[in-house]
Amino acid sequence: MKHQELGLTNEQVLEMYRYMLLARKVDEKMWLLNRAGKLPFVVSCQGQEATQIGIAYALDRQKDWLCPYYRDLGMVLLFGQTAKDQMLSAFAKKDDPNSGGRQMPNHFGDHRYRILSGSSPVTTQFLHAVGIAYAGKITGEDHVVLTSCGEGSSNQGDWHEALNFAGVHKLPVIFLVENNLYAISVPLEKQLAGGNVAERGQGYGMPGIRVDGNDVFGVYEVMKEAVERARSGEGPTLIEAVSYRLTPHSSDDDDLAYRTREEVEEAKKRDGLFVLEKYLDDHQLWTLDEKEFLNKELDVEITEAIKFAESAAHPDPTDLSKHVYA
Amino acid sequence: MPVISYIDAITEAMRDEMERDKSVFILGEDVGVRGGVFRATNGLIDLYGEDRVLDTPLTESAIVGVGIGAAAYGLRPIAEIQFADFIMPAVNQIISEAAKMRYRSNGTFQCPMVIRAPYGGGIHGALYHSQSVEALFTGVPGLKIVAPSTPYDVKGLLLSSIRDNDPVLFFEHKKLYRLIKDEVPSESYTVPIGKADVKREGSDVTVITYGLMVHYTLEAAKKLEEEGIDVHVLDLRTLIPLDKEAVLEATKRTGKVLIVHEDNKTSGFGAEVAAVIAEEAFFDLDAPIGRLCSPDVPSMPYNSKLEKAFMLNPEKIATAIRELAEL
Repeated sequence: MKHQELGLTNEQVLEMYRYMLLARKVDEKMWLLNRAGKLPFVVSCQGQEATQIGIAYALDRQKDWLCPYYRDLGMVLLFGQTAKDQMLSAFAKKDDPNSGGRQMPNHFGDHRYRILSGSSPVTTQFLHAVGIAYAGKITGEDHVVLTSCGEGSSNQGDWHEALNFAGVHKLPVIFLVENNLYAISVPLEKQLAGGNVAERGQGYGMPGIRVDGNDVFGVYEVMKEAVERARSGEGPTLIEAVSYRLTPHSSDDDDLAYRTREEVEEAKKRDGLFVLEKYLDDHQLWTLDEKEFLNKELDVEITEAIKFAESAAHPDPTDLSKHVYA
Repeated sequence: MPVISYIDAITEAMRDEMERDKSVFILGEDVGVRGGVFRATNGLIDLYGEDRVLDTPLTESAIVGVGIGAAAYGLRPIAEIQFADFIMPAVNQIISEAAKMRYRSNGTFQCPMVIRAPYGGGIHGALYHSQSVEALFTGVPGLKIVAPSTPYDVKGLLLSSIRDNDPVLFFEHKKLYRLIKDEVPSESYTVPIGKADVKREGSDVTVITYGLMVHYTLEAAKKLEEEGIDVHVLDLRTLIPLDKEAVLEATKRTGKVLIVHEDNKTSGFGAEVAAVIAEEAFFDLDAPIGRLCSPDVPSMPYNSKLEKAFMLNPEKIATAIRELAEL
């Protein structure tokens, strides 16, 4: 079986699925809360969970760092954040671990799990990831840094500056581009000259690898090699994981203005979450009871998280002026 | 006490702090083997190695962005922007990232870094090697902005800035680098951020200024002394946080205030200083607040006559003070 060839146990595969499903369910619930008028804004991970879990699973969750982007819900859950954390953030409550209710949802940042705080301008975090990797070089720590963005963002200057800097100094950074085929409304062919992100790696002295982002094992395999290379001083890697954005860009977007419902339905058939679910079924890695139990367990966890977050305290108005300076 | 130049005081501050604190490192263009185009990092690569005195690719956004990552991790980077004019590609990193890191993470991440940038003109630097860019940043909460005028202040303030837990924009007037020498203690000492300094006591007119203009104002004051005009000179040293107390005190001292800066007038930092005085010390004023600044043209031209026309000098400052004194 594929997962055994990669050195993954059955339990580990079930854990991967658990986090993919948790991310999907949290995300779906946020849309419901948005449509019910309870949350002003949602931005999604749906369709990219296999990429995110395949990537994060190959990192060392005790010492490696994440500089993620706003779709990386799967990644931050695997690194330690919970459904409750996500709901506290979505409701912008005082105990939101990302920002204390200051930032929009999915602007992750959590010192407990070495997830660097991020902003909304895209790919600024690519340079921060290089800085964290460089800090390891100075202090003698052997952490690896993962940073990610969408394919549209791979046109930003900071993106290129980061790859070049890391390439010159052979730093332990892995640059992930989650190619979901759309940058809000603009499709791939209007974003990428050459139609491909991975090939850009060559210009920056690093391997550029394109992988099916719906295949959690394929992503894990590529990432595992990249992490080994990074940890052993062989430098950075660029990974382009191709999947599909199953939702509109955000809760304020209408995707039917630029793509058809049929196209989305077609993409759902390749959804990495269902690909792994089918793998678990086909190889009888769980019983029907176990599958149902997992679904129920996560539903309960999320329902409780929503209840908790809804009734949690708001930041105090006097908090407005805190943390401007040390 | 040794007498050293402004730029040597900068080098000394970095050298001492890198010795004392292993988390301090320098990154920028030509800072390593070359020792900086102005020689501010001269010799440091020999003492601390190329990892801590890092020659970066030619990319300002990366110099600042990589610094931010390292700072958030726990190091204390000193990023050198070769000329303040070239800071523009890094503005997104400075304003969106460095300035907001602490606030947006609810105090869980911080960005203790210094961004050194040589600024100012009068050195035949033309449009893109002469600018004063401080006003682009003074309205951005989360940043501290320092612009010292003497070798003593620059060393003490640079040490304070490196040890500060917030991002500090450290503006060094490049004409001062070798123009001004001063007694500077060879040991480490700090000058606090946010404290202005009276550079000359006087009773007739107060000039509030910073950078090279401190020296031009002191020259003007010397000349005016012969005419019987006694000038009080306040050197802001730090723009943000502004030492309001010192500004108000200096205003009360004479009741007549002239604000002088090399940056152009409209929305220059002098506007903020003037507003503070108008809000909080209006009844201490005996005359309208004056501002003497560079003209509102895009930048300083290369031609020496045009450059001279752009730049303030002791004569122009003396004229403005005299006019205010006579009101």
